[in-house]
Amino acid sequence: MKIAIIDYGAGNIKSVQFALERMGYSGFLTGNAEKIWSADKVIFPGVGEAQTAMEALKEKGLDKVIPNLKQDVLGICLGMQLMCRWSEEGNTDCLNIFPMDTLEFPAPLKIPHVGWNELEKTNSKLFEGVAPGAFTYFVHSYYVPLSDFTVAQAEYGFPFSAALVKDNFYACQFHPEKSSKTGEQILKNFLNL
Amino acid sequence: MLTKRIIPCLDIKDGRTVKGTNFLELRDAGDPVELARLYSDQGADELVFLDITATYDHRKTLVSLVEKVAREISIPFTVGGGISTIDDVQAVLKAGADKVSINSAAVENPELIGKLAGKFGKQCIVLAIDANLVNGQWKVYTHGGRYETEKNLFDWAKEGEQRGAGEILFTAMTKDGTKDGFEIEANKKLTESLRIPVIASGGAGKINHFTEVFMEAHVDAALAASIFHYGEISIVELKNELKKQNVNVRN
Repeated sequence: MKIAIIDYGAGNIKSVQFALERMGYSGFLTGNAEKIWSADKVIFPGVGEAQTAMEALKEKGLDKVIPNLKQDVLGICLGMQLMCRWSEEGNTDCLNIFPMDTLEFPAPLKIPHVGWNELEKTNSKLFEGVAPGAFTYFVHSYYVPLSDFTVAQAEYGFPFSAALVKDNFYACQFHPEKSSKTGEQILKNFLNL
Repeated sequence: MLTKRIIPCLDIKDGRTVKGTNFLELRDAGDPVELARLYSDQGADELVFLDITATYDHRKTLVSLVEKVAREISIPFTVGGGISTIDDVQAVLKAGADKVSINSAAVENPELIGKLAGKFGKQCIVLAIDANLVNGQWKVYTHGGRYETEKNLFDWAKEGEQRGAGEILFTAMTKDGTKDGFEIEANKKLTESLRIPVIASGGAGKINHFTEVFMEAHVDAALAASIFHYGEISIVELKNELKKQNVNVRN
């Protein structure tokens, strides 16, 4: 299986690659459109700042590639937020795969929301074998509200989208690659779709 | 609901884990990769690695150690010790670290915080502050507690937040390695005045110390080293007990 991990200069994408290796898969880091097109699965990770990240995607022409991919795509954290329509972070227009906006957590909630939080109302093949209330690791200051595309939620002051699905596009706000056994199960489910 | 985090800290010197008391008298505490794996399996929520030698030669050793750890464990980890440039951060992130902690370099050059936050995101930048109570004032120290500065803990933490730090890791030097409990008052003041998470460090000796610092100082995470390294308290036992005492933890 050819698993492309999109490398656009953002964050610690190495940890996604290491997680795949621990599970017996191998993924390759690439920012090359052709290699992404021809992969069987695409993982779109990211930590960092929305505007900088969108600029980096545009520079590589990937803003035109990602929304048109036909294979299964998994966005992680900032990757998920960039797959939405717009982000309050830097007033940034994003890829518009999911027609939702990403908003900043309001005061007095502490930001970033960092740590292990429970997944609730899971409703997707992504979460097969994952018990309700299982913990995953989050680190983010912006969130995507609940919507018709929400397939898991978590609560921080109020419920928000922990995962989204639309057609071949999957996305999670938490970091499966840093979420111990639960995270590995979710990644495995994605690779087995 | 978001849970409170338990964070074992590994002080690294020449590729080994060490631990001292009040920042002195270092003892060997084992192989960092093995300890990391053990803590991850036991349910640690994150790990922190502090390179306490942090000279140029040892930096390369650190980066290769970070990569070994990153390959092994599936929980987040932070690397600190002598980090002072964008290149330093890039090197440890590329090796698989999730966050970096900066300390002396930020005191000397506060703009570094914003520069790193802009490049890597706030969530990546932990501002570590070592402070000591001197004549009723919490003074900030640098270089592993060697030099006193003019900075006050609370002002510096606030400035760090404004400049883009994603978390504050506060070590109470008076408590470090003493095992007589976390500093409650100063941690409480920090959590009340900041909007970013606070990690309490220094003084963990008993399970009740963790309950105290979570319940009374409302910190988001508690960090400890020696009690875990020498097996005095296991993370499993700690979390079970915290749960019984109504502290919300992952287990």
